[in-house]
Amino acid sequence: MKKRFVLFVTLMLSLVMLTGCNGNSNQSNSSAVSNTSGKDYSNNVSDKSVNDNSQTEKIINREDIDMDTILSKFDKSLLSSYDYTRLKDKNITLNVCNWGEYMAINQDDYFDVNNEFEKLTGINVNYKTFATNEELYSKLKSGGGDYDVVIPSDYMISKMIKEGLIQKLDYSKIPNFSYIDKKFVGLEYDPENEYSVPYTWGIVCIVYNKNMVKKEITGWCDLWDEANDNNILMFNNPRDAFGIALTYLGYSQNTENKKELEEAASALKQQKNLVQAYVMDEIFDKIGGESSAIAPYYAGDVQTMIDENPNLDFCIPKEGTNKFVDAACIPTAAKNKEAAEMYINFLNEVQVAYANCDYLCYSTPHTGVYNLFDEEVKANPLRCPPDDYLNEKTEVFINLSDDTNAYTQELWNQIKIEKSKSPWLVPSFLLISLALTIFLNIRRSRKKKQDIF
Amino acid sequence: MKSKILAVPYIIWMIIFTVIPLGLVIFFAFTTQSGEFTISNIVAMNDYLDVLFRSIEFSVIATVICLILGLPVAYLISRLAKGKQGTMLMIVILPMWINFLLRTYAWMTLLEENGLINRFFGLFHLGPFNLINNSGAVVLGMIYNYIPFMILPLYSVMTKIDESVIEAAQDLGCSGFHIITKIILPLSKQGISTGIITVFVPSVSTFIISRMLGGGTNDLIGDIIESQFLGNSYNPHLGSAMSLVLMVIVLLIMSLFNQFGSEEAVI
Repeated sequence: MKKRFVLFVTLMLSLVMLTGCNGNSNQSNSSAVSNTSGKDYSNNVSDKSVNDNSQTEKIINREDIDMDTILSKFDKSLLSSYDYTRLKDKNITLNVCNWGEYMAINQDDYFDVNNEFEKLTGINVNYKTFATNEELYSKLKSGGGDYDVVIPSDYMISKMIKEGLIQKLDYSKIPNFSYIDKKFVGLEYDPENEYSVPYTWGIVCIVYNKNMVKKEITGWCDLWDEANDNNILMFNNPRDAFGIALTYLGYSQNTENKKELEEAASALKQQKNLVQAYVMDEIFDKIGGESSAIAPYYAGDVQTMIDENPNLDFCIPKEGTNKFVDAACIPTAAKNKEAAEMYINFLNEVQVAYANCDYLCYSTPHTGVYNLFDEEVKANPLRCPPDDYLNEKTEVFINLSDDTNAYTQELWNQIKIEKSKSPWLVPSFLLISLALTIFLNIRRSRKKKQDIF
Repeated sequence: MKSKILAVPYIIWMIIFTVIPLGLVIFFAFTTQSGEFTISNIVAMNDYLDVLFRSIEFSVIATVICLILGLPVAYLISRLAKGKQGTMLMIVILPMWINFLLRTYAWMTLLEENGLINRFFGLFHLGPFNLINNSGAVVLGMIYNYIPFMILPLYSVMTKIDESVIEAAQDLGCSGFHIITKIILPLSKQGISTGIITVFVPSVSTFIISRMLGGGTNDLIGDIIESQFLGNSYNPHLGSAMSLVLMVIVLLIMSLFNQFGSEEAVI
């Protein structure tokens, strides 16, 4: 028995050393990659400045087209003048990674965006999904994800830019970028707008059940109101949860001030007594099934929930809220940059962007799509929040320092973990197991002696 | 010699996908972001001991209940006619044909305040009871998902107990209770210990059950480990340290349990 243990330990140790060497070599590899791609950037910048004026914009109005079939039938004549066939015979497979349920594919009422792209260009699309920005980040960071196009959110884009995980785009290959509303060009997360093409945006708002709340819902303060005890759902991720608590307390959502973060943490701890559950996508079941009355969530999904259950309504919080932008980017490790840019351009074709927008119910940064909206959608503050509210009351998440991120995570874990009642649990467990081991061993050796005699 | 050659593919598989990753976990646990040696990750685990022991507490409860529920079921199945045994085993395994996440999701719709169970009680003007988002629901999820792993090893051992052994005991005047404690339990000890391991280990490290049925208010150590990789801060070093501590403690419990096992063998 002892021999085997020693063998195991030595095996483990030698492995630790081996993997240690591996780990180091990996690190040096990745830094080499980011260096070479650094050179690429400078080339792209010069390309962009040369080709900047070659963009053609095609305006499509509601009157010009058949609005009944625009979602179900893909119409090539609506495409902009762009050479989609130039990579046809190269047998390229494009790896795309997007949020789950975040594109009009495999839907009965919509043409399949990826299928049409494949038919048009001869490029195969390998479509994958992720559930959180952090999941995508850890895939790219650990080198596990081999993607050509990814669509992360604002703060994650700036983090990826900082760490060299995504590369500068060649906007001359994405002429449809000119459709993007100037309000969404050069936001805080990508100040020069060199890395990203906005895909959708929205705000975080409150969804509630008109029959289940006792008071009028006006803002975040209602999530701390005892009238809604045990009917509140809350985000199960620290960034959004702290964002809400910080806005509620009147601080910036991007604060790095530890005192403000601690105040937010104690507000969240206080709120925990009223919270029914911390959820992400489970919200559709819980709010839709009327198990809970009130919750914060992303505007597009709130619209979807309201469409499905007429008892639900929304509230745009008076205290202000978070504005988020999801944008298409190309990872540094992408193998097919040109095809990736073609795909991003395709996503910004008016008809494609309109189909995606109609399916997702999120707000659109695409002027061509906005042009196609009917008056009802344009007047809906959930789809098209008023400009003055956006300017005065909303904030976009920016990337925080590693220290702040780690500290927020630690505070969040402390909120979520309920302290056990007794501080003696751990030591007493260890003592009991130790005593048991000794007792059993003594008994066994005695028994053995008895057996011998 | 031949048998060794046959084992080579699996050994290579084990080394690549189990031993090396395990080594990586140990490596990450003892290093900082810049690759220097440190034990601060292990020390930081102090803050999470509460949650670690709660996970152990939950999974011990789940394992014990699985054992209590699994023993009679496994025994009954093993005493059936051969043809019926297959059908019964199929019923035990049937839930496992459905994806783990879906099964857990289904429990959400059952236990919700407006779920099927509360609606049923509502017919008799009872409730609604608070069935979800508490520790009981988490333990229930563990039991439901892992009980086949208890029944199967128990069954495979019990089916080998010859009927004549039990008959012999009855002939010698053994009461029903003593047949269970003196004959069936000792003979199925191997199955019990395998079952306990196969239920305890996955339930102590589970994270999705606690999130879906515990409502995110009953986080277990699995959730905390996951949050180090997919949470706000990407910190594989602390995450690895937590996994390592969890592994060591599970090993400790296992060895303790094995001592009990060998104790019985001596008796």
